Amino acid sequence: MSRQAGRGVAEALTTWHRSGSTWVALGVAAAAVGVVALSADAYLHATAARMLPLALLAVSVAVVTGHAGLPTLGQVAPYAAGAYTTARLALAGVEQAAVHLLTAAVAGAVLAGLLGVVLIRYRGTVFLMLSLGVAELTAITAAQWRQVSGGTDGLAGIPAVRLAPGLPPLVADRAVLLYAAAVALCATVGAVILLGGERRMLLSAVRGNEARARASGHRVTAYLWAVHTGAGAIAGIGGALLIHTHRWITPADVGFATAALALLAVVIGGAASLPGAAAGAIAVLAVRDVIAVWLPGHAPLLLGALFVAAVYLLPGGLTALSARLRPPTPSRRPNHVAHASGSPARPTARSTP
Amino acid sequence: MRVDAYLIPVVDGVAYGLLLAIAAAGLTVAFGAGGVLNLAHGTLIAAGGYIAAATSSGTWPSLAAAVALAAIAGAAGGGVLAAATAGLRGRGHLDQALLTFGVALIGGDLLTTVYGPDTLRPRLPATLEGTVEAAGHRYPVDRLAVLVIAVLVVAAGYVVLHRTRAGRLIRATVDDRAMVAGIGVNPRLVDAAVLMCAGALAGLAGALSTPILGVGPGTADTALLLSLIIVVCGGLGSVPGALAAALAVGVVQTLGVTSFPQLAPYLLVGAMTVVLLVRRRSLPGQAAA
Repeated sequence: MSRQAGRGVAEALTTWHRSGSTWVALGVAAAAVGVVALSADAYLHATAARMLPLALLAVSVAVVTGHAGLPTLGQVAPYAAGAYTTARLALAGVEQAAVHLLTAAVAGAVLAGLLGVVLIRYRGTVFLMLSLGVAELTAITAAQWRQVSGGTDGLAGIPAVRLAPGLPPLVADRAVLLYAAAVALCATVGAVILLGGERRMLLSAVRGNEARARASGHRVTAYLWAVHTGAGAIAGIGGALLIHTHRWITPADVGFATAALALLAVVIGGAASLPGAAAGAIAVLAVRDVIAVWLPGHAPLLLGALFVAAVYLLPGGLTALSARLRPPTPSRRPNHVAHASGSPARPTARSTP
Repeated sequence: MRVDAYLIPVVDGVAYGLLLAIAAAGLTVAFGAGGVLNLAHGTLIAAGGYIAAATSSGTWPSLAAAVALAAIAGAAGGGVLAAATAGLRGRGHLDQALLTFGVALIGGDLLTTVYGPDTLRPRLPATLEGTVEAAGHRYPVDRLAVLVIAVLVVAAGYVVLHRTRAGRLIRATVDDRAMVAGIGVNPRLVDAAVLMCAGALAGLAGALSTPILGVGPGTADTALLLSLIIVVCGGLGSVPGALAAALAVGVVQTLGVTSFPQLAPYLLVGAMTVVLLVRRRSLPGQAAA
């Protein structure tokens, strides 16, 4: 009896510790954006703003990979849907940010929902395999569907977004950065809240022991489908931000490299942590841009090397690092350590036998 | 004439399907036996193609050397992957798949750096460059040669897999690892051997397909996507399933590319989706219904 109570306390502490660190991470992210926005360097503003769409895509991948436990490369599909929907709306003369974001979110959710009907039936490496097919098809579709995507030339000269009908368009670099950061933070906070509390426990149970969750009467498939669809909405919003920050789009922006980069960000940042994934995306982009200066044209090489290094050196990602470095305290809280190192949020727990 | 327009692509499709079967057989066995999803498989195929295109200089000995080198390079690549993924054994299959994904990105970048961004084709001996007349149809000799070699390789693969001890051990590992360990064979050794053989077959498939398709920066992705479709449709770990799926994919792809090039990728993925939705037998990675 006392052991059970102890376990309950330990779990509660772990959950509190985790959600606490999530809010701290979000606060740090907001502060970092503030510091960047205060600087006078417009180039820095533009660079930072252009990293945010991918950070949001990484959050979407982290939701599917870390919370639903389904490792995915396929979230570029709703990302592309959101981006091209926004671009088409803007080119058609609709310039309100709220309309763009809402339509892009719906487009992303609808596409992810449709894909989910097939994908959700699979787990582990098979899911990864199928999502790779989705990523390839996204790139092919973006290159071929000329009426929508403008072919391989892409779409350029997309009008800037307006916050409200009467307001001037968002073109200043600092304003774009603040707008993009606000949207990205709100989307991430929304996802953290939606995936908190009881839902987090349910998904954790599904990841930990799916058969048992089913036997307890939980509609596992429906939960996972809902998470996949919701992540599609986040990816769609990321796609809208891509248009708002870049104001052009080519198939390469929603191509295979983008899918790989988002998954790498999640591997580095830790699948369970949404801010960790966003930070991972920004870190990878920053390293890539620095490397691109003295080794141009070798982005895949660097991306691959980072992948290999992250897989070997960072099991569970950066966010699991503190838990792994902390000396174990087996006598006091045995379950805490076991929970942290063998966290069910790690996708490795879901591999195919 | 009407028949001709379809007959030739169908024969092409069968030849292409057999090449895909050679490429995908290793992938499906590696997945079935050791659970390693090798996302660098397409890169090994492209590497084989590049090596063959660079080695073959129009003489018979250079052609033989090209094919042999491609297979050896593929086996070496498979060996590297086996060693790299063995280090992650305790961490599950997803980390192994992510590692091979990283290796694929690195390998793809190195290949374009070494061989350039153009599509390469090997120079073949003059005999192979002509056409041959059979039953009133003209057909290129090099494709016919590839078809014959592919049939031979598939037949040899069948014999090895079903009539030798090594082949039986591989099939046994796919079926029941614990039992293989029980008779005193280390299943991890089988895993490593399978990855090396899969690499050699991938290199061979790459070398055989270059005269027809050429090899370029897109080869690795296309080959991996087609191989994955074949592995999924054929049932993970099943070589006969992979062969049947590969023939279907080869014919659909060849007919699709000649008839409606825009839709060809969707045809295959559409077919795969239908197979996934209607198949009764569940895949290893499938959730309980």
